[in-house]
Amino acid sequence: MTKEDAVITVKGLRTQFGTAVIHDNLDLTIQRGEVVGVVGGSGTGKSVLMRTILGLNKQRAGTIEMLGQDTREISTVVQRRCGVLFQNGALFSSLTVAENIQVPMREHLKLSRGLMDELAALKIAMVGLPRDAGPKYPSELSGGMRKRAGLARALSLDPEIVFLDEPTAGLDPIGAAAFDTLIRELQQSLGLTVFMVTHDLDSLSAICDRIAVLVDKRVRLGTMAEHMRDPHPWIQEYFHGPRARAAFNGSGK
Amino acid sequence: MAEAAGWVKSVLEGDRLVLSAGGDWTVNGVGTLDRQIRGLALQGAGSASLETSEISALDTAGAWLLYRTQRELAAGGVTVQLNGLDPRHATLVDLVEKADSLHAETDRIRPNVLLLLVNRVGRSVCDAVDELGHLLNFFGLVIITLGRCIVVPRRLRIVSLVNQMEQTGLNALGIVGMLLFMIGVVLAFQSAEQLRRFAAEIFTADGLAVLVLREIGVLIAAILIAGRSGSAFTAEIGMMKVNEEVDAMSTIGLDPIEVLVLPRINALLITLPLLTFFANVAALTGGTIMAVATLDVTYTQFMRQLADALTLKNLLVGMVKAPVFAFLIGMVGCYEGLKVGGSAESIGRLTTQSVVESIVLVILADALFSIIFSQLGI
Repeated sequence: MTKEDAVITVKGLRTQFGTAVIHDNLDLTIQRGEVVGVVGGSGTGKSVLMRTILGLNKQRAGTIEMLGQDTREISTVVQRRCGVLFQNGALFSSLTVAENIQVPMREHLKLSRGLMDELAALKIAMVGLPRDAGPKYPSELSGGMRKRAGLARALSLDPEIVFLDEPTAGLDPIGAAAFDTLIRELQQSLGLTVFMVTHDLDSLSAICDRIAVLVDKRVRLGTMAEHMRDPHPWIQEYFHGPRARAAFNGSGK
Repeated sequence: MAEAAGWVKSVLEGDRLVLSAGGDWTVNGVGTLDRQIRGLALQGAGSASLETSEISALDTAGAWLLYRTQRELAAGGVTVQLNGLDPRHATLVDLVEKADSLHAETDRIRPNVLLLLVNRVGRSVCDAVDELGHLLNFFGLVIITLGRCIVVPRRLRIVSLVNQMEQTGLNALGIVGMLLFMIGVVLAFQSAEQLRRFAAEIFTADGLAVLVLREIGVLIAAILIAGRSGSAFTAEIGMMKVNEEVDAMSTIGLDPIEVLVLPRINALLITLPLLTFFANVAALTGGTIMAVATLDVTYTQFMRQLADALTLKNLLVGMVKAPVFAFLIGMVGCYEGLKVGGSAESIGRLTTQSVVESIVLVILADALFSIIFSQLGI
């Protein structure tokens, strides 16, 4: 899987709600095995872009291909080969954490009860949840734990692409750093492609290979260094603001 | 990517067990692999090695199986060497091992079913008792707040009260009128059928008047309002609770009982008696139309009979219940709404609970009224 091939290709995308145009003629190509962070001001459609790629939103124009297939509607590509972590975890509240993780397995695979329990326990451990989290219900977990449980469910079928919507928002800095490390480790060992909507400058500098900046209804994709040189005023402010300097100085990027 | 089915084989070379694995060890194939591994004879060897050089793809599920096999053999005193593992795959196995060591053991305690049953019965009894206590507590709180607000009428929040009255009263006119009209029709028809046998059809009017005024009008109106407005109270307040709006109110210095609960209960206290009167009229209209249409009585005859039975006493016996029912419905609806916590999921559950509880309480109160009235000879 070292070969560089595009797993997500978006061409000429236009999304619109009523008369409000969110994206216009947006192009984006994401290569296999890279971690792409999506940033942008509030209301520039970061989450909308993610939802559109997943087929949860319909685009007005343009094509989106994921792993070589059009995703106009939620397709089997999304269901079997992608994992999605929604902003608040979106765990099924009537199921325990372990059952949540087993839902995709039950739906798509034929596994014995014992193996499913083992795999669920493994995923729970992998995302750094304590062992007794398995039989708990989502309402009994804290926000950070719910996020981890959501990630465990997203990783349930060992997907090729993982979509994360603000994975570190609402976590304490230590938890957020652990989350970053976890995503990086999983990405390296599994060859994951990660599409991550984030506001967390530390995550951006720590784990993202490339950064997609949503400005003027389009995406500018590049490495951190490239964005630093971009003259666009919003990008300048974003990457050279006081918070950005604080985050990047430590990492030396 | 071409998928090659995963496989695993074992050969016993003297004292040494040689396991070899190959193909795709991914989540799509672990079900079969798991059965294959379980079918292998792994006992009786002194040492073992696991040849993994032919594994073409590995993910965490496959790595788990490799690791588990290794662990289980190790537990039996046999150390296993993993040979020929791709370095990229090795990091995965390490990852799995690290994760597993955090949790030490994966077996789960399965509790006794009978014990669970007893536990559940006990828990629900305790919950019911608690619930009654909380409801009583809430009742007191509402009464105290109401008292405080009556002293300072500005705090009665007229705008919100009128708004609630529109939603619970005005907007309910259609459904209450229609249903009670139909119930009047049914009542008249059924009692006429029975009374016809005694050639006493004309007493349909008496039966209708007593039944509607004393019981049916107020009871059906209350049940409708419990389903319509009681549930709305729970859902509205519950949603605000989930959004932390209620907490925001408290920090700003607004009393949630005063701002959210009182206007709703007050609105019902005003609208339910009015609706009851409207319901009575609708039911009597329906009954009259049905009676005149099917019986051999004229409109004038029936009206005269009806007018005799429509006493003020009968009307008041029904009407006096309305505020009590209104208070019960409003209180339970708001109480359940404020009980919502954490997730939005509880809103649905508590809304159902609120409707059931308020209907039960309404009928219970109605039975109490009947006993009281019969004792007093009213």
